[in-house]
Amino acid sequence: MGAHLLEIRGLKTHFATDEGMVHAVDGVDLALDRGETLGVVGESGCGKSVTALSVMRLLAMPPARIVAGEILWQGRDLVPLDAEAMRAIRAKEIAMVFQEPMTSLNPVYTIGEQIAEVIRLHERVGRRAALDKTVEMLKLVHISHPERRVHDYPHEFSGGMRQRVMIAMALSCKPKLLIADEPTTALDVTIQAQILELLGELKDRFGMAVMLITHAMGVIAETAQRVVVMYAGKVVEEAPVRELFSEPRHPYTQGLIRSIPRIDTAAARKTRLEAIAGVVPSLLEPAPGCRFAPRCPFVRAECTARTPPLREIGPGHKLACVLGSP
Amino acid sequence: MSGSIPASRTASGSLGAEAWRRFRRHRLALAGALILGLMVLAVLAGPLVWQVPINEIDFTARLKGPSWRHPLGTDDLGQDLLARVLYGGRISLAVGFAAMLIAVVVGTIVGAVAGIARGSVDAALMWLTDLFLALPQLPLLLLIIYLFRDALRALAGPEAGMFVLIVAVIGGFRWMPVTRLVRAQFLSLREKEFVEAARALGATPLRLVARHILPNSLGPVIVAGTIDVALAIIAESTLSFLGLGFPPDIPTWGRILYDAKDHLDVAPHWAMIPGGAIFLAVLSINYLGDGLRDALDPRRVM
Repeated sequence: MGAHLLEIRGLKTHFATDEGMVHAVDGVDLALDRGETLGVVGESGCGKSVTALSVMRLLAMPPARIVAGEILWQGRDLVPLDAEAMRAIRAKEIAMVFQEPMTSLNPVYTIGEQIAEVIRLHERVGRRAALDKTVEMLKLVHISHPERRVHDYPHEFSGGMRQRVMIAMALSCKPKLLIADEPTTALDVTIQAQILELLGELKDRFGMAVMLITHAMGVIAETAQRVVVMYAGKVVEEAPVRELFSEPRHPYTQGLIRSIPRIDTAAARKTRLEAIAGVVPSLLEPAPGCRFAPRCPFVRAECTARTPPLREIGPGHKLACVLGSP
Repeated sequence: MSGSIPASRTASGSLGAEAWRRFRRHRLALAGALILGLMVLAVLAGPLVWQVPINEIDFTARLKGPSWRHPLGTDDLGQDLLARVLYGGRISLAVGFAAMLIAVVVGTIVGAVAGIARGSVDAALMWLTDLFLALPQLPLLLLIIYLFRDALRALAGPEAGMFVLIVAVIGGFRWMPVTRLVRAQFLSLREKEFVEAARALGATPLRLVARHILPNSLGPVIVAGTIDVALAIIAESTLSFLGLGFPPDIPTWGRILYDAKDHLDVAPHWAMIPGGAIFLAVLSINYLGDGLRDALDPRRVM
């Protein structure tokens, strides 16, 4: 089997602040193959989005800086690429959908103009052909009356519809990878399901890979094949989705899964919803050792002594914890 | 916020047609546009229809009120005021619009560069802006005109030379508010999600500025621009009033007003006519600007 579609090796993205270096992403390894959906989970501030933005090279540098690591896109490292080469990759090869559909569209242009702009940026087509393609894309994301709605402005669409437009825009150049950064967080639950379903449908249709970033375990369970769990800038566990839910090995993953509200047990036993005690540690010049140690119920002396490496503990199952070998 | 599709919307509903539809709803703006349009038409076509020379002196008809022969009366030399107001309007309105264009173009460029570059470039440009804001404008205006008047007159003739000088000086002292507006808009817009989304989809920095940031920052600029037209007309009047505008034999609204001030008690119509013209022009331009801003903003549901 050849190179992965996307492989991130030892990525470290730091931010220079007045207080010192913030190690937002501190040694992330992950890989993604063609046509695969990889879920990236973790609570707010764990470095999920920064990882994605590092791949797209969308971080303002400075203050951000990719200190170490490689981002291999089909075997080619993206980190040293210049701005021009990076622009050719965006949308055409890797596209991104953001969390806020309400503000991610330019209010002064019709959605048709905005989608056509992306098409014409990357493909040599005329105005007419771009418009036809735009209508076709809107049809693909199930917007009714696309011929008419291409001439509408973003404010004439609801949140869910706008996210569909964003997806249409991102997919208009048929990228091989779609990075979806919390695409459903700002939407209500029924719309969330529709958008996830749409993403799955389009993924199959275009044969693209999806990197789905979210903090909702439920979203991951529904869509991803493999899951990477991140905590405080590091990958703590990686496993196929079923295995992660049935046999979570890292105490943090276990905590995350336990903190999913379950209507059956809660009603039956009237138990309190479990939460992971404590807060995410400061990423400002972090101390050595496992980042989760201060919140871990199973903490031992060796946890704070050195950082446990991410190692394979089963087929496709990786873990960064001293408790790994039972 | 409208959720449903407007039934009247057709596939050909272009931005222009949409803007016109919204503009028509704004009654005052429509009235402003109409009055301003009539004024422009009058000053352009008027002298062709009302063919009384602006400098025909008739001492038998000094300081006369409105009559059939002189519909707006005469001044102290018996010159026909209608002809002079029509001719003067050309200069006053042209000065207003030209100075506004200079102020808006310079202001937008400086503000955009400051907002995009940030850092030391931004600091330097803002320092320059503050410097210009802090200058005592009227004395400086007078000094510049006094210094360069003769050179430009020799270069381009008395009327054209003075026009260029006055427009440049007025425009050159009015760009700072536009700069601050544009810079503030850029600083906030550049962090907006849709700008990042466009960048994520491969837009170049130039395209980000020209297509995504600039059009979103134009609303306040349009309003500032219309106010600038009004202020420039008034500034030209001030200069003429102080005797430093156009040569005395060339009428502008401000100049006519200046000449009228000594005869307010016997010939109030002389001052009221150019004054009223300035008032009407400034007011209709301001309403026009209000309407334009609303019409060009697609978010506004009207």
